[in-house]
Amino acid sequence: MSELLNFHFVVDGTNFTAAGNASGQLKKNLRQLNLAPETIRRASIAMYEGEINMVIHAGGGEADVNITEKEIEIILTDNGPGISDISKAMQEGYSTAPENIRSLGFGAGMGLPNMKRYSDQMTIESELGKGTKITMKINI
Amino acid sequence: MTVGEFAKQNPLNVLCMPEAEREITGCYIGDLLSWVMGNAREGDAWVTIMSNTNIVAVATLTNVSCIILAENVTLDEQALNTAKENGVNVLSSNLSAFNIALLLKDTVV
Ligand SMILES: Nc1ncnc2c1ncn2[C@@H]1O[C@H](COP(=O)(O)OP(=O)(O)OP(=O)(O)O)[C@@H](O)[C@H]1O
Ligand SMILES: [Mg+2]
Repeated sequence: MSELLNFHFVVDGTNFTAAGNASGQLKKNLRQLNLAPETIRRASIAMYEGEINMVIHAGGGEADVNITEKEIEIILTDNGPGISDISKAMQEGYSTAPENIRSLGFGAGMGLPNMKRYSDQMTIESELGKGTKITMKINI
Repeated sequence: MTVGEFAKQNPLNVLCMPEAEREITGCYIGDLLSWVMGNAREGDAWVTIMSNTNIVAVATLTNVSCIILAENVTLDEQALNTAKENGVNVLSSNLSAFNIALLLKDTVV
């Protein structure tokens, strides 16, 4: 199906306070498309969790968003350390976030479960030492 | 009740209130950000002691009606500016989260 809109975001892995810029921008873009508020909310929260994960766990990365009449597709790509056990990482409460990150309120181990819950379809491809690619689809 | 009315009628400090007309429709208490993103509902007053720029992003994305900082917690100038720009109301109080929830009790039922 033809793509109506594409957005590309570079997620800076060194700037913690800028984390959230991409998802904030996505939210504005989705609002302009007049999508249902709940769809916008789900897509932007899923995007933020993915964005924060790339900053905390992978030293940054890139996000591509493709929007068609039917769905919002979010592709997050990083060249971080990869995820050794994906099913473990998907468990609620599992986190390897360091103490300094936890003191900021992250590290509950709820990010990936939230991404799965807020998207209609999610796949994770990861290779140790190479990086991680997460694809989420949210029906419109 | 709106955030503006709630702030006026209760012992709360207004740190910034760019959208005073937002309606408070519930309350969520929590400091773990992913937990909040998974469970807070749109329109909730979010009571927390977590204080850094990321709470502004979380409030924007979850679309809560306001952040209420408990137990004398403050938010730095830069984070407050971000809140203003993004239409996020931020209140603070010396009360505990429990006592703030009691203030909200009669407002949201
Ligand atoms: N992009 C990534 N690269 C490498 N590891 C990752 C990546 N994303 C997640 N992980 C691993 O999966 C674990 C679980 O991620 P999840 O987002 O669920 O929790 P968290 O980020 O640790 O905490 P929270 O999201 O609740 O703040 C992380 O602690 C980390 O070990
Ligand atoms: Mg996470």
